[in-house]
Amino acid sequence: MTGLVLRGVGAGYPGAFSVRGVDADVPVGGWLIIIGPNGAGKSTLLKALAGLLPHGGEIRVKGRLLRDLSARERARKIGYAPQVPQLPEGLSVADYVLLGRTPHLGLLAKESRRDMRLVTDVLHRLDLGALAARPLHTLSGGERQRALLARVLAQQPGVLLLDEPTTGLDIGHAQELLDLVDRLRREDATTVVATLHDLTFAAQYADRLLLLNGGTVVASGTPSQVVNPDTMREHYAAQVEVLTTGGGEIVVAPTRTPRET
Amino acid sequence: MATDRHVRNRLTPWRLVLGVLALVVVLVAAVCVGAADLGWTTVLAELWAQLSGTTSPLDQRGADILWQLRVPRVLLACLVGAALASAGAAYQGVFRNPLADPYLLGAAAGAGLGATLAVVFAPGTRDWIIGPIPLAAFAGALLGVGLTWVLGRSARGTGTAILLLAGVAVAAFLTSVQTFVQQLDTDSIKQVYTWMLGGLNTTGWQDVLITLPYIVPAVIVLCLCTRLLDVLALGDDEAGSLGVHPGRVRLVVLGAASLATAAAVSVSGLIGFVGIVVPHVVRLLAGVSYRVVLPLSLIGGGIFLVIADEIARTVIAPAELPLGVVTAFTGAPFFVLVLRRNRGKLS
Repeated sequence: MTGLVLRGVGAGYPGAFSVRGVDADVPVGGWLIIIGPNGAGKSTLLKALAGLLPHGGEIRVKGRLLRDLSARERARKIGYAPQVPQLPEGLSVADYVLLGRTPHLGLLAKESRRDMRLVTDVLHRLDLGALAARPLHTLSGGERQRALLARVLAQQPGVLLLDEPTTGLDIGHAQELLDLVDRLRREDATTVVATLHDLTFAAQYADRLLLLNGGTVVASGTPSQVVNPDTMREHYAAQVEVLTTGGGEIVVAPTRTPRET
Repeated sequence: MATDRHVRNRLTPWRLVLGVLALVVVLVAAVCVGAADLGWTTVLAELWAQLSGTTSPLDQRGADILWQLRVPRVLLACLVGAALASAGAAYQGVFRNPLADPYLLGAAAGAGLGATLAVVFAPGTRDWIIGPIPLAAFAGALLGVGLTWVLGRSARGTGTAILLLAGVAVAAFLTSVQTFVQQLDTDSIKQVYTWMLGGLNTTGWQDVLITLPYIVPAVIVLCLCTRLLDVLALGDDEAGSLGVHPGRVRLVVLGAASLATAAAVSVSGLIGFVGIVVPHVVRLLAGVSYRVVLPLSLIGGGIFLVIADEIARTVIAPAELPLGVVTAFTGAPFFVLVLRRNRGKLS
């Protein structure tokens, strides 16, 4: 079954879509990573998938048209983690994660025991149990990203949209977070769509890559199909070598060519 | 691990009970004090007599002073304080701005203009419960907030300071129009002038009855929206991704907060800073979630204004200080304090 289908999707502001003609299929439990140079429209596309920006064409979530879903229905199916989350000062981690239950609560309802239990589970899974009572603004960068992920997971969405989830994280914490997402999507069969700047990470974690430039898809396929020196030069204006490690993983290494004098 | 223990921002029963108890103590104490010296033991005996149905220890004059002057005035102060403080907390949530307040956003000035227009052009309707004064004040409050919002957005800034600067401009403009209208009509000029200074020179139960039908529904709506205000604190995109329509929530909350402001201004004129002082004290004591801030601001606003009114009518007795003077005297320094605590967010 397909978790997410995009057919001729345009995204941005009505009448002036900055992203056009995107086709993609992400199977349930699959991980699609959108790459592309700055300003290519990666975040715009992701926001449209989250229903936060208007879109043209067709987006289907487990068979249902995105534009037919109410805001609440959408929020139960799709979780969205922005690049820079707003963390209200003074809230504890548990308070924050509990807000993720919003789409499951009636307009005026209160969280039930079940909601509390669910949040407890999510906190444990993300190793945040010990931090549950900590105020958000005292967390480190890696802990913040995990708290954000916990809030999104508390929504119990089938589709997870992550906008640059490794922003501000060092290489070790970035790896830890991506491994965590990978584990979660395998355990829960969650469909993941993420944007990433780091091409090595993108190639290592994605099932499929979508290379966006100037608002259109210029390459898509498996990491080894998309990531090669020619496309990198053409679309990033970058000098790179694409290496393969002993374990068969792709590494995108920038090369420094001596400048002509 | 029980998540309940780590969820800090909840209105626990004992907090609510404590708040209500404090309010009752302040209300009773305020009823005991006044220009006519009835003696606090006598007043307490009278309250007990009314509760238990035994004979009153007061003569007719004493009973009239207590029940027709003092009690309605104290209750009115409580209502107005509750309305202004909860409106302040609500505006702070809607604009995600810790310094938002009915006074600083131009809502109070707009309500003042609306009410003045009604007094001047529809005289003799002051005692109507569903009359032109509260309705014109409501329209004026919405106009004031709306103008401030549009102006603040058009400046394309992100800091909290821009909204307040817009509010200052709007308030100054609406107040100038209000003064102009007030000067037009020499019959009502003195009445409008003393009323705009902010005070509760009540004539019995009339003002209490005029405000109740507006304040009660407004406050109920605000209390129902508290969880949504917490979601709004995550920003519009994240609120949207949680299935909340930020625009609709804002509209409903702004409407209710403006209605509460209008009702308060209609009977008490311009009383500033209640909407800043009270929610911030509540935040410091009990947490930042609107589920705590809003209901406790309601109670705290009542307490604050009853005490302020007590000071206003006793400090230079037998003369009275305008209530707005007392709240500004405590509120303005407090405003500076809040400003300092939020230094990073202003630009």
